[in-house]
Amino acid sequence: MTTVRTEPVTINLGPQHPSTHGVFRLRVTFDGEIIVDVEPVLGYLHRGSEKLAEGRTYVQVITLTDRMDYVASMSNNLAYVRAVEQLAGIEAPERAQYIRVISAELQRIASHLMATGFLLNDLGALATPLMYCFRERERILDLFEMLCGARITLSYMRPGGVFQDTPDDFWVALDTFLGNMPGYIDELEALISGNEIVLTRTRNVGILNDEQAIDFSVSGPMLRAAGVEWDLRKAAPYEIYDRLEFDIPIGGLGDTFDRYLVRIQEMRESIRIIQQCVRDIPSGSIRTKAPFFIRPPKGDTYAAVESPKGELGFYLVSDGGIAPYRCHARAPSFINITPLRDMLIGWKMSDLIIIFGSIDIVLGEVDR
Amino acid sequence: MTRVLAGADVARRVNSDLPGAAVRSNDGDVWVEPASILSVARFLKDTPGLEFSFLSSITAVDYIEYFELVYHLVSLTLNQSVVVKAKCYSRDEAHVQSVSSVWRGADFQEREIWDLFGIRFEGHPNLKRILLWEGFPGHPLRKDYLGQDI
Repeated sequence: MTTVRTEPVTINLGPQHPSTHGVFRLRVTFDGEIIVDVEPVLGYLHRGSEKLAEGRTYVQVITLTDRMDYVASMSNNLAYVRAVEQLAGIEAPERAQYIRVISAELQRIASHLMATGFLLNDLGALATPLMYCFRERERILDLFEMLCGARITLSYMRPGGVFQDTPDDFWVALDTFLGNMPGYIDELEALISGNEIVLTRTRNVGILNDEQAIDFSVSGPMLRAAGVEWDLRKAAPYEIYDRLEFDIPIGGLGDTFDRYLVRIQEMRESIRIIQQCVRDIPSGSIRTKAPFFIRPPKGDTYAAVESPKGELGFYLVSDGGIAPYRCHARAPSFINITPLRDMLIGWKMSDLIIIFGSIDIVLGEVDR
Repeated sequence: MTRVLAGADVARRVNSDLPGAAVRSNDGDVWVEPASILSVARFLKDTPGLEFSFLSSITAVDYIEYFELVYHLVSLTLNQSVVVKAKCYSRDEAHVQSVSSVWRGADFQEREIWDLFGIRFEGHPNLKRILLWEGFPGHPLRKDYLGQDI
C-alpha cells in the first residue's frame, strides 16, 4: 500500500457567503478534508459606531445601538439606556421597567428563533424550517410596530423610561401571541430535537467545555450550554428581574446540540417571564422627566444586560458634556467568536458551517 | 447580586503579594502599574477568595495626557466583580503587557484596542489589526485622529 502525500490547501470562505450570517470571512486551511488552521477576518461591517457616538448626544446614540445587533435592537437599547441612567442618576418608573422587560424578552424569543432557523438552514434544511421560525418572529415584529412604529431599528427606549406608552391593542395582540407561542415551540422542537439527521450532525460536534468557555470570556447561551449556570438576569438582576420566577436552562456537554437546546428552553422561560409581567404590570407614568440634553456628572460606568447573544455591556465615560467622552460596547458576538479557531480545528468543512452557525453571531455587533 | 469589591481591599491584597503594584483605588476601581499588569492579572485569577476567572471586558480611553486601560473582571464562582485600571503615558510608544496568557478571551479585545487606539500589547501571540485593514493610517479612537466630520 502506498501512502498519498497531501498538501495543505487554504480556502477562503466569505465575506459574501450565505452561511456566514453577514459579511464574515474565514481563511481556512485544510489537510485533505480536515481543518488544520482557521483565521477569522473581520471588519467588513465596521462603521466606527464608538467614534460616531463621541459626536452625538446621549439620546442620539440610541439609534447607533439599534444598528449593532440588528436582530435584537431592544436589548441593545436597554443596555445603553441603563448605562446612561447609571451615569446620570436617573431611574425609570416601575411601569416603564415592566414594559422594557416585556420587550426585551420578546426580542430574545425573536433572536433565538432566528438562530434556530438559520442553524437548520446551515444544516441543509433550506428555507422551510427557517420560514416556520420567521412566521412567529413576524408576530413579534408586529408587536414592536405597535409599540414604536418600527420593526427592526426600534429606538424604543429612552434614558428614564420608554418613548411612549403601550397602545390598548398591543395587550390584545400580546395575549394572542402568548397563547399561541408555547404550541409553536413544541411544534418546532418536535420537528428538530428528535430528528435523526440533526442529532447525528450536531451531537458531540464543536464542543466548547465549561473551562474553555470561561477562559475565552464566552457568555450567553454558549456559556450556559457548556454547563455554567451564569445569567446576568439572576447573577446581577437589573430592572425588575429579581421579582420574576424563571429558571436558567443549562446544557451538559457544550456541543452544537446543547447550544440549540438551551435556546429553545430559554424561549419557554421568556414566555413565563412575559406572562408574569403582564399579570403584575402597574399603571402609572412611563418616563421620568429627564432633560433632552443629558449632562451626566464626570465619571465612568459600566452597565451590562443579558442580551440574546450574551453579556452586552456599555462602558460610558462622561466629561460633563452633552456627548459621551467614550462609549464602548462589550459586544457578545465579537467576544464569542474568540474560541472559533479552537472549536473548528480537527473538524470538516460541513461541520464548520454548523459549528459557526451555532455560535449565533450578528456581524453588525461583531464589527460595530 | 454581584458584589462589587471595594477597591481599597483589593489594592491591599494585591500590594501584600506584589508590593507597589497597586497605586490608587476608589469605591470599585483599582489602579495598577502598567508594568505589573500581567502579574496582577495572574494574582487576581489564582488567589482563593478573589478567583476572577472571567475577564468580562477590556477597553481603553484616551484622556489626552494618558491612555487608561480598563479591565472588568468577574468571579463566576463567588459572584463578585472588580475594575482594574492602568494608565499608559507615552503616546508614540504606548505599550502594556498582554493578559491573553492569563485569560484567552483577551485575544480579540486587545487586538481591537491596538487597532483603534494604537496601544501595543507585549507578549500578544498575534497582534494585528482586527476591524480595520493593515496599512490603515492612524488609530481612529484617539482624540487627535483627524478623520471625516462625524
